[in-house]
Amino acid sequence: MAKNDIKILMAKDGIENSHQIDVAMKHGAYSALKKALKMENTAITSEVKTSGVRGRGGAGFPAGIKWGFMPIGDRKKKPNYVVVNADESEPGTFKDRWLIEKDPHMLIEGIIITSYAVEAHVAYIYIRGEYYKQALILEKAIEEAYAKGFLGKNILGSGFDLELTVHRGAGAYICGEETALLNSLEGRRGYPRIKPPYFPAAIGVFMCPTLVNNVETIANVPWIIENGGEAFSEIGKPNNTGTKLLSVSGHVNLPGVYEVPLGLNLMTLINDYCGGIRDGHKLKAVIPGGSSMPVLKAEECDVDMDFDALKNAGSSLGSGGVIVMDETTCMVDVCLNLLKFYAHESCGQCTPCREGMPWMARMLQRIKSGEGRPEDIELVLNVADYVGGDIDFSRGKLGKTICALGEAGSWPTIALIKKYRDEFEHFCKNHEPLIKRDKSIKTPKNAIAEVVAT
Amino acid sequence: MTVEFSDKAKEKFDHLLTRYPNKRAALLPVLHLAQAEFGGWVSPEAIKYIAELLDLTELDVHDTMSFYTMYYNQPMGKFVVEVCHTLSCELMGASTVVDHLENKLGIKMGETSDDGLFSLRKGECLGSCGTAPMMRVNFDYYENLNADKLDKIIDLLREKA
Ligand SMILES: Cc1cc2nc3c(=O)[nH]c(=O)nc-3n(C[C@H](O)[C@H](O)[C@H](O)COP(=O)(O)O)c2cc1C
Ligand code: FES
Repeated sequence: MAKNDIKILMAKDGIENSHQIDVAMKHGAYSALKKALKMENTAITSEVKTSGVRGRGGAGFPAGIKWGFMPIGDRKKKPNYVVVNADESEPGTFKDRWLIEKDPHMLIEGIIITSYAVEAHVAYIYIRGEYYKQALILEKAIEEAYAKGFLGKNILGSGFDLELTVHRGAGAYICGEETALLNSLEGRRGYPRIKPPYFPAAIGVFMCPTLVNNVETIANVPWIIENGGEAFSEIGKPNNTGTKLLSVSGHVNLPGVYEVPLGLNLMTLINDYCGGIRDGHKLKAVIPGGSSMPVLKAEECDVDMDFDALKNAGSSLGSGGVIVMDETTCMVDVCLNLLKFYAHESCGQCTPCREGMPWMARMLQRIKSGEGRPEDIELVLNVADYVGGDIDFSRGKLGKTICALGEAGSWPTIALIKKYRDEFEHFCKNHEPLIKRDKSIKTPKNAIAEVVAT
Repeated sequence: MTVEFSDKAKEKFDHLLTRYPNKRAALLPVLHLAQAEFGGWVSPEAIKYIAELLDLTELDVHDTMSFYTMYYNQPMGKFVVEVCHTLSCELMGASTVVDHLENKLGIKMGETSDDGLFSLRKGECLGSCGTAPMMRVNFDYYENLNADKLDKIIDLLREKA
C-alpha cells in the first residue's frame, strides 16, 4: 500500500465492534467533544475555516464559510437546525455507508460539535430509506451517546442541549439535493426549492436557519478540533485540504472505500490501492466523482484526485465515486444506463429535466436497438444543451432547472458522446455496437464468497 | 377492515411525534411504521388512518407517499427482491442477475409470483457499488452476486417463508 497513509476518517478500520461506544471511546471518541465544549463556539468555526475543509457531498463548498452564514448570538432570531445529509444516492458512491457502519460515533461527535458551533439544539440525520440497517446502527449509537450524557440536556455539564434524530427517506435520489431533502424532512414530496435563498442558512427546514452538511464533512470535525485546523490544512494540497474517502467500483481487482490524501494521482489509486484493472484487461475510462460527472478517457487519467485538478481536467471530484471501466465497456450502453437513471429520478417539476431526460433515454434506446439514424447523435446533444449544457459552459446553459439534476444528467451525456463519438456513430451507421457488450457476472478479488445478508 | 396500530406501534408513534416541531414532519416515519404494521403495504384505509392521526387530509398523505418508491400502494410479495441495475452493477453483470432471477422465479421484472412469495423489481444504485452486482431483499442486502449465490439465496428464502 502506498505511503503517506494518514487516516482521519478510517482510523478505526479493522477494529472489531468499532461501532460500539465503549470500543470507540477506547480509541479516542468524544475527546474532541470535551475539548470543544470548553471553547467559544466562534473559535470552533474559526478552526473549521482554518482547516479549509470543503464539503464532501459534491459541490466542495468550504464548510467553515457555510457555518459562518448561520445566524448566531444576537443575530439568532429563530431556532437553528443542523441536518446531516446521509442520503448517499449518487451512483458509484458508498463511503458514507462505511462511516455509518464502522464509526457512527465519530459522526455523532461531529454533529454535536457542529451544533454547538452554530447554536442548534435540534439536529437530524437524513438517511436514505434503503440504508435501513445503517439507520438502526445510528439509532443504537445515538441511544448510547444519550446514556453517556453526550446528547440531551446540559451535555457534560456545559449547559448546551442537543436532540438528535435519525430520519429515514423512502427511495428518491433527488432527496440528496439539500432543499429537496428539507422538504422530505418536513413530510412532503422531495421537490427541490427555488433559489434564492441559495443557502438553507437563510431559510431552511421549518422556515428556520439550517446548516446542511454531508456525513463525511461532519465526520472530519472531531479530528479538526482535536488536532487543529492548521494541521488539517497541511494534509492534501492547498485549497484541497485533508483526506477524501473514495468509493471505487467497476473493473478493478479490489473495489472498495479508500481514504487518501486529496491530490492522490488517479492511476496510483487504481494500480497501487485497487490492484489494477481486472485480470488482463485494459483501462478504458473512469468517471471520477459519481455518475453525474464527465467521464475521463484512459489517457486523461494521469490526474490528481482533488477539486481543482479534476475541474481543470474538465470533470469534477463530486462525491468521490470512482467508476472504473475496461475496454469491454460499450459507451452507448453506459450513456443509456445513466440516462435511464436520471429520467427515473427527475422529480418532474421542471420541463427541461422531466421531458429532456426521458427523451434522450428513448433516443439512446433507439440507437441501441439498431434503429438509430446518424442525425440522432446531434439531436441528443441538442436536447442535452437544453437540459443542463456542458460542465465547461461551452454549450447549452446552466440553470435551466430548479436544481442541478439537469446538469447531473447532461454533463455525463455530453462528455460520453464527445469523447466516444465513434462508438455512437458506428452504432447509428451499422446498427450494431462497435464494442460488443459483455454481460457476464464479474467477481473481483475481494468479493464476499459466502451468502450473507448485510 | 379496520386499521389500527398495535400498542407497541402506538408507543413508537407517540415517541416519533416528540422528535419533530410539527405533526406533518412525522409523516415519512409514520408511513414506514404503517407499512411494517399493516402487511407490507399502505392501503387506502391506512392512508385515512394516518391522515387522522397527523391532522392531515388523505390527499396530503397520498401526495407525499406517491413520491417515494419504498411505499407500496398494493400488496407485495413476502420478499421484495430489488436488483440494482445502475452503472456500477451493470458493469459487473447486473443484467445477467436479472435474467437468472426471472428464469429461476418464473416471473418478469415488476411481477409477483403466484404463491405470493416474491416480487421482482429493478432498483437504482443502492450504495453497494463496490460489492456489485447486488440486490436488496426487503431490508437485507446481498452483494457480490453470482448464479450459484442467487440459487442459494432463493432456496434459503423459500425455506424461511
Ligand atoms: C441531484 C443532487 C443530488 C445530491 N445528492 C447528494 C447526496 O446524496 N449526498 C450529499 O451529501 N449531497 C448531495 N447533493 C449535494 C447537496 O445538495 C448539498 O450540497 C450537500 O449536502 C452539502 O453538504 P456539504 O457542503 O458538506 O457537501 C446532491 C445535489 C444534487 C443537485
Ligand atoms: S450501482 Fe448498484 S449499488 Fe451502486
